[in-house]
Amino acid sequence: MPLYATIIYSQDVDWSAPEHAGDTAEYSEFSQSAAAIIRGGAALYPTSTATTVRVEAKGGAPISTDGPYAETKEVLTGFFLLECADLDEAVAAAARIPAAWNGAVEVRPVLPLM
Amino acid sequence: MSPDPSEAEARRALTTLVRESGRDVLATLVHVTGDLALAEDAVQDAVLRALEVWPRQGVPANPVAWIRLTARRRAIDLVRREAARSGKEQRSMEHPVDGLDEEPSPSMVEDDLLRLVFTCCHPSLAPATQVALTLRVLGGLTTAEVARALLVSEASMAKRLTRARQKIKAAHIPYRVPPDHELPDRWSAVLATAYLMFNEGYAATSGPRLVREELVDESVRLTRLLVRLQPDDAGALGLLALELLQDSRRDARVDADGRLVLLADQDRSRWDARLVGEAVPLVGEGLRRTPARPDRYVVQAAIAACHALAPSYELTDWAALVSWYDVLLTIDPGPVARLNRAAAVAERDGADAGLALVDEIEGLEEYALWHASRGALLRRLGRDDEAAAAEEAAAGLPMNDPQRLLLGA
Repeated sequence: MPLYATIIYSQDVDWSAPEHAGDTAEYSEFSQSAAAIIRGGAALYPTSTATTVRVEAKGGAPISTDGPYAETKEVLTGFFLLECADLDEAVAAAARIPAAWNGAVEVRPVLPLM
Repeated sequence: MSPDPSEAEARRALTTLVRESGRDVLATLVHVTGDLALAEDAVQDAVLRALEVWPRQGVPANPVAWIRLTARRRAIDLVRREAARSGKEQRSMEHPVDGLDEEPSPSMVEDDLLRLVFTCCHPSLAPATQVALTLRVLGGLTTAEVARALLVSEASMAKRLTRARQKIKAAHIPYRVPPDHELPDRWSAVLATAYLMFNEGYAATSGPRLVREELVDESVRLTRLLVRLQPDDAGALGLLALELLQDSRRDARVDADGRLVLLADQDRSRWDARLVGEAVPLVGEGLRRTPARPDRYVVQAAIAACHALAPSYELTDWAALVSWYDVLLTIDPGPVARLNRAAAVAERDGADAGLALVDEIEGLEEYALWHASRGALLRRLGRDDEAAAAEEAAAGLPMNDPQRLLLGA
């Protein structure tokens, strides 16, 4: 069955902070109810912890800048890898991820690598 | 240069037959191979071959079987080639060869067509893409024809269609009829796509021509298919009736110079009585099928039927029209429906009553016809300065060229 990355865009949050315990509880609820189709995923630390890296050319020295790749209101805060029969099933699952009502969830098919 | 009309007609009939058969074959082929792009290529080849061979050798006794066989051979070829390239020979080979051996029954073909309708009108595709893909896949138009119908270059249309096919394949947009709990929403989305296509042809939002006949014809053809696939659905019946009624005015709506002619000034003898005659019973049928909650297309068709059945503009039953608009507003309380109701009220109760309602509507400041309606009513009330200002505001907003000519801008 195809794999989908459901990419979570929401307000920049620090999931590890105690005031977000409620949010993480909502996520645990999703993780449990969708356990059968979840093949992976992660919650990310806030964008203030991000470092964006580029090099001049392949093999070059890293040029690091502080912060995320793009400065936007809603940022990438996590993702799940879901295994679903088709896009309809993936969309139905994505609609149950808390960011769907607190931000947005982008559903992208995963390109199988060999 | 131009071929004689009977020959042109024969060719058109042939093209329609080929496309109709091609569409049925495509639906089956997509179902069996699960690969839209491959199935399209195979059917396209078969259709081109038919258009080449049939005029010389005559239309075969069973044209669908002819196209199916030709397309099937081509599909097997394409599958082999694909398999050789990717090394997945075993699995993909068996699939199409097996499923295509037997002649599918008409009801199987209809099920496959319905699945394909839901794929082409899938909500994960942008509305403009749904229209283009539907024209290509279910209308059987070539990419060049789709591009012409939608006024974009062939290159960008080819790109848009390729992206759509890639998305269907990569994201696994399913070929299936949605489950019952999703069906009503998904079916309304299908009807909305069909109506969007019709409107794009009937009242192009931009461009030199008011009516793009080929697009109107295609969307009516598509809507007929939708009625055939869901014969009990009031929305499909209503949409077909609405399209036929609007289309019945095609010849009277634009004058010899390409100018839009208002309903009040149209020569009603040029309305197509045959289309009206087909549509009016459909409206009744649609109403009977929705006793509890009226369907928006059925009600809009009822409104169009009031106009179609009126012997003259003056003898139009405005009271009935206002009542139908009241029903429509319970389903669609949007500003455009309110604007149309106000126009009917102006005819029933006078221009000042209509104007009062037009002025109450908010949210149409960017809509040329709102300003134009105000202008027309103000003129009737002799308030020429205000009318001129409204007409000027209308002229500054997007319209197609015939609308612009009508408003003298």
